[in-house]
Amino acid sequence: MQNLIDLEKKINSELTTKINRTEIKHNQIYLETDKDDFIDVVLFLKTNNDTKFRQLIDITVTDYPEKKQRFEVVYLFLSHEFNQRLILKYTITENEIIPSITSIFPGANWMEREVFDMYGVSFKDHPDLRRILTDYGFEGHPLRKDFPLTGHTEVRYSEDQKKVINEPVKLEQNYRNFDYESPWEGTKYIKEELDNNDKKN
Amino acid sequence: MTKKIKNLNLNFGPQHPAAHGVLRLILELDGEVVEKADPHIGLLHRGTEKLIENKTYMQAVPYFDRLDYVAPMNQEHAFALATEKILEIDVPIRAQYIRVIFCEIGRILSHILNVTTQAMDVGALTPTLWGFEEREKLMGFYERVSGSRLHANYFRAGGVHQDLPQGLEEDIAEFCETFPKIINDLESLLTENRIFKQRNVDIGIVTKQDALDYSFSGVMIRGSGVPWDLRKSQPYDCYKQLDFKIPVGKNGDCYDRYLCRIEEMKESVSIIKQCLSKMEKGPIKSLDGKISPPPKKEIKQSMEALIHHFKLFTEGYRVPKDEIYTAVEAPKGEFGVYLISDGSNKPYKCKIRAPGFSHLQSMDYLIKGHMLADVPAVLGSLDIVFGEVDR
Repeated sequence: MQNLIDLEKKINSELTTKINRTEIKHNQIYLETDKDDFIDVVLFLKTNNDTKFRQLIDITVTDYPEKKQRFEVVYLFLSHEFNQRLILKYTITENEIIPSITSIFPGANWMEREVFDMYGVSFKDHPDLRRILTDYGFEGHPLRKDFPLTGHTEVRYSEDQKKVINEPVKLEQNYRNFDYESPWEGTKYIKEELDNNDKKN
Repeated sequence: MTKKIKNLNLNFGPQHPAAHGVLRLILELDGEVVEKADPHIGLLHRGTEKLIENKTYMQAVPYFDRLDYVAPMNQEHAFALATEKILEIDVPIRAQYIRVIFCEIGRILSHILNVTTQAMDVGALTPTLWGFEEREKLMGFYERVSGSRLHANYFRAGGVHQDLPQGLEEDIAEFCETFPKIINDLESLLTENRIFKQRNVDIGIVTKQDALDYSFSGVMIRGSGVPWDLRKSQPYDCYKQLDFKIPVGKNGDCYDRYLCRIEEMKESVSIIKQCLSKMEKGPIKSLDGKISPPPKKEIKQSMEALIHHFKLFTEGYRVPKDEIYTAVEAPKGEFGVYLISDGSNKPYKCKIRAPGFSHLQSMDYLIKGHMLADVPAVLGSLDIVFGEVDR
């Protein structure tokens, strides 16, 4: 559908309980669903003649370590026919295994491998779930918030052993994260003061 | 007597001139026919997304130059647009024109590199020499406007860093007059060239359906006959006011993609010309002092400007809590930024959607059944740059 509001209505009426929340902002539609309903929702969005979200743009995960449902899995879809973008999300706990959509979108293969590599989220029924961006034999999942920016190991060529070796990171100076954020909020308080004065008068 | 024949496994790269960078491609060969291709990527992985999470919004811009390093400003554009949309600021019209001019220069830079190196991969040396002379001029423009030939760090949320130096507009206009002749020269070397056609026609065919399924974008999808260009379908900045055409291929093979790129360069020249004629004097960045740093002159006189300058370059500006996906039509396809802000001065998350990642993924499907010698031709027409694939 050309119109986002119609599209939102259509999705809500067709999928009813499978969608937890919908929102339209920045000219895009945001949907929230559950892990169990996820495949049904994707199939509907891809095949229905009023939605036609036939291209998967990207898959990613957002990490919120302080939450119980730690990871938020995000799928970005595009419909060429209606020129619409859709963002589909659901949350999972740390060790949950989620369904792969490689059989629906072949292009999801590497995207899911990247998510697995970067966040350690496993996919069920993925044809070839290996690490993709990090080095052979790498340990840990770099984009998790609890993974340090400097990493754990560094690599160098050892003249003694005549080969490339991994060692624990040794820094002459630790990575310094300066907190520049000030409580100074700009000149908003002047505005508020003026508004208050106006009210008093 | 029967003899058992085993398929040969061949390592193509990571140090191979036709691998366009650090690609390790493990090929399974039956004689000279490729049975399976397994690309191993990540040899240039630098953790850009992780680094961006630890930098302020302004410090994050240079990382985008280092993704697709043959068209740096196109990437900066995506990030600038994403932040602008969350901050809800307007970009002055002159800044929009400047950004579009440099995005199109980036497109020409990237397409020259791709077309000529693809020609070199299939055996033609001259186009590279002729094309790189032009790239040199374009990088000269980059240098004059930003101070560096490649890693420009020029776009900002709310506009660009500084105005065009004197005389640059005239020089770009002059380039627009001479460059079409160079494109014609390149075409006279390649388009009807027998060897070039033999190596590219009907090689690496992508059907419309597969282009959708494999998340293709840019020339890869247009070459297969899908008229889809974000500059037209979801226009950003001033593309709406410009008149240009979208070249579309027919067969979806390497040759059609080459033709699309040549035509796109011609369109880019016309876009630059239109921008130059429509551009007027005016501000080049948002006038909001909480986002754009003040001009040097003011810092010497105004206390407020001095404070703004100090705060912007230490703390940076804060971006309200929000999330957004913004995409631009980079030379290689849809380059997108999925940005999550949490109200602080650093992005909570910045996922970069690189077009080359999806394109390279389909290598196995594209090359299956082709000869070993077709691997460089297909790889060349995918237009892979490892800066963005590995991130």
